[in-house]
Amino acid sequence: MTPSRATTRLAPAAALVALALTLTACGARTATGDGAGAATSAAESCVDTSGDTVKIGFLNSLSGTMAISEQTVADSLALAAEEINADGGVLGKQLEIVQEDGQSEPTVFAEKAEKLITSDCVAAVFGGWTSASRKAMLPVFEAQDSLLFYPVQYEGLESSPNIFYTGATTNQQIVPALDYLKEQGVESIFLVGSDYVFPRTANKIINAYAEANGIEVLGEEYAPLGHTDFSTIVNKVKSAGADAVFNTLNGDSNVAFFKEYKNAGLGPDTMPVVSVSIAEEEVGGVGVENVEGQFTAWNYYQTIDSPENATFVEAFQAKYGADRVTSDPMEAAYTSLYLWKGMVEKAESFDVADVQEAADGVTFDAPEGSVTVNGDNHHIAKTALIGKIGPDGLIYTEWSSGEPIEPDPYLEGYDWAEGLS
Amino acid sequence: MSAVTTESPSRLSALYRSSRARVIVGFAVAAVLLFAVAPATLSTFRLGLLGKFLCLAMVAVGIGLAWGRGGMLTLGQGVFFGLGAYLMAMHLKLADAGPVEGSGGVPDFMMLYGSGEVPGWWEPFRSPVVTILAIAIVPAGLAALLGFAVFTRRVRGAYFAILSQALAAAFAILLIGQQATTGGTNGLNGFRSFFGYDLADPVNKRMLFFLAAGALLVMVAVARQLMVSRFGELLVAVRDQENRVRFLGYDPAQVKVVAYAVAAFMAAVGGALFVPIVGIISPADVGVVPSIGFLIGVAIGGRATLLGPVLGSIAVSWAQTSLSEAFPSGWIYAQGALFILVVAFLPGGLAELFTRWRRSRRGSVPDGGAPAPGDDGTSDGSRPGAARTGEPGSGDPTVEPQTAVDHDPATSGRTA
Repeated sequence: MTPSRATTRLAPAAALVALALTLTACGARTATGDGAGAATSAAESCVDTSGDTVKIGFLNSLSGTMAISEQTVADSLALAAEEINADGGVLGKQLEIVQEDGQSEPTVFAEKAEKLITSDCVAAVFGGWTSASRKAMLPVFEAQDSLLFYPVQYEGLESSPNIFYTGATTNQQIVPALDYLKEQGVESIFLVGSDYVFPRTANKIINAYAEANGIEVLGEEYAPLGHTDFSTIVNKVKSAGADAVFNTLNGDSNVAFFKEYKNAGLGPDTMPVVSVSIAEEEVGGVGVENVEGQFTAWNYYQTIDSPENATFVEAFQAKYGADRVTSDPMEAAYTSLYLWKGMVEKAESFDVADVQEAADGVTFDAPEGSVTVNGDNHHIAKTALIGKIGPDGLIYTEWSSGEPIEPDPYLEGYDWAEGLS
Repeated sequence: MSAVTTESPSRLSALYRSSRARVIVGFAVAAVLLFAVAPATLSTFRLGLLGKFLCLAMVAVGIGLAWGRGGMLTLGQGVFFGLGAYLMAMHLKLADAGPVEGSGGVPDFMMLYGSGEVPGWWEPFRSPVVTILAIAIVPAGLAALLGFAVFTRRVRGAYFAILSQALAAAFAILLIGQQATTGGTNGLNGFRSFFGYDLADPVNKRMLFFLAAGALLVMVAVARQLMVSRFGELLVAVRDQENRVRFLGYDPAQVKVVAYAVAAFMAAVGGALFVPIVGIISPADVGVVPSIGFLIGVAIGGRATLLGPVLGSIAVSWAQTSLSEAFPSGWIYAQGALFILVVAFLPGGLAELFTRWRRSRRGSVPDGGAPAPGDDGTSDGSRPGAARTGEPGSGDPTVEPQTAVDHDPATSGRTA
């Protein structure tokens, strides 16, 4: 019984293996044959502009760890779309929104981006937050030749014809913050950051700047994302006795860090902290009492005194509630939709190549002030603002670069940054 | 029990023959669906998505073997999936960077975040042969080593689960910390070619899908052979009564190590194919959360059956995608609810529904009796007896001994 069973049992398995191998081999052979020819026609746009509407995609994490931040971006994008539609749409066409959930996972961002482009045929996609999500989407947008508007400050050293970066690059946020510290007479700094791409790259830039400008870096500490035990790091910061701390921590970690910082007897008077990831939205979570008087570096604050900002804040609070605050990434997302509208109207076309062509010099009187698209690197000129967190949880401008700073993602205009990219 | 022991050889072979026919039909149907129907009806994007699900299903086949059959609740398959994926991704990155002579052969992200030099341990992966061998050997070897260390010390149950999960967490943290050589949280992405084939080309994307489909079918076939073999029965015996197996002179640790290594191998192949199909691998795909995610499909489908893990995994991935497309802000509740329902009412997975239905249809026919042709083991693709014994804690005394008597003199000892 046993031997005969063993032999008969092998037969179907062998047949299956053979079948599978043959079939996969077929696929390979086809590819060798006409692979090169088909490659060029891979990205055929299917955007439908024949009707009264045009589709655009919003891709934000509505679930997962980033949802708390990215939901606010989705909200302000929805506000911008509503306003544009009420105002007659873009080139006379109403915007039809396709919202997708990036689930805080880079692979899902890539998948949903491809879905928005190839299945929904959207004219442009707005969203993304983490560097990982942007890096994951970049090859998709390049391969499909579509457009992404990315609304968050980031670590620079990147530019793509298919991405418009409406948040700050490093020379519009980190470098001005360092200029400010230097101006204040700071001679030594301590670097604290979450362990991921943005803080590590930012600190690389900070180290180069510090070396060239005679600022001493007394320490560089990283905590895993979501880490909440900061007693060791705060002790190191305290004993190092730096003039200031440069904080690139992200998310929940800030709550634990600032509580511990306060417990250790440190504060804005003894050792000020400049943060680049704490905006109005986060201040409430960290606790105003823990961060009052500390500094932030952004390009927009809710307290900016301009008619454009007054309209924006009023409209946002009317739609989502008077207790809601507006922050830099939200404003950059809101601005990105209007910039796209400006580009499309300048190009008089939704076609990607036409929009890219028309992008240079498109301006918008944004809530943060006037912004202009740089056609070379697809970033926008923005004014840098150092803010101080007030007792009401809002952030008040302490220092301003005065005029918009031209984007320089590769820091080519800075001698000390040579060799960074 | 008497029904089993007195069964005549002719009835047994009839049973076997019909089950064999069913398996061949089942595989033929699956092959037609994957190789003909899917490419004809799905867009390039949807086909790629299905390819991704197939890669995740490969991990599920392995988990079905290790957890469903072997009782090893492995919460860390992300490690082996990730190893396979990163090994492949390293090769693709190096291949895209070109040869050392001329362009320098340094992947783009190393120029940005690293020293601009390729570290020594990356160098061997310039070779496609080394890469493929490494994908086949390294994860399975690591699993064997780990399994040997853990199982010979008789670490099992929750302790093993915690250990495997800690390993997944450590692996993700390690990858994040080494940004200069692993890409950190960004992971590795932006691949342009796969062993010389342009990845942007839809024809090559279809080829990759076929590759994944073929690999999955082979894995299911291998899993079936393992399950119906003597080894498969030993594995189930070890799961249910490890000490009895030991007293009978077998080494349960060896049995478990083999199953664990096979599961790791399957996860690694799934990971290696995931990379060119999805185009990115990052620590978010290999840590604790995705490792648990792998289990959800397996549990929902039915962990101890042959096709339960595969179909469950594909169904969960598919549901996740379509629900999140339809309800971007509320889909995650639906997934949670489904999992709770299955755990609460169908601990054996959805396959249990099928088994219950079959049992109620069969009514008073004694266990082990040859089912009428078409009275279907097709859902699990294996002999009905084996499928039922596979259900852990089924508590059906008439079911378990059957396979034991059927093939294995050692385990049959306890029932005879």
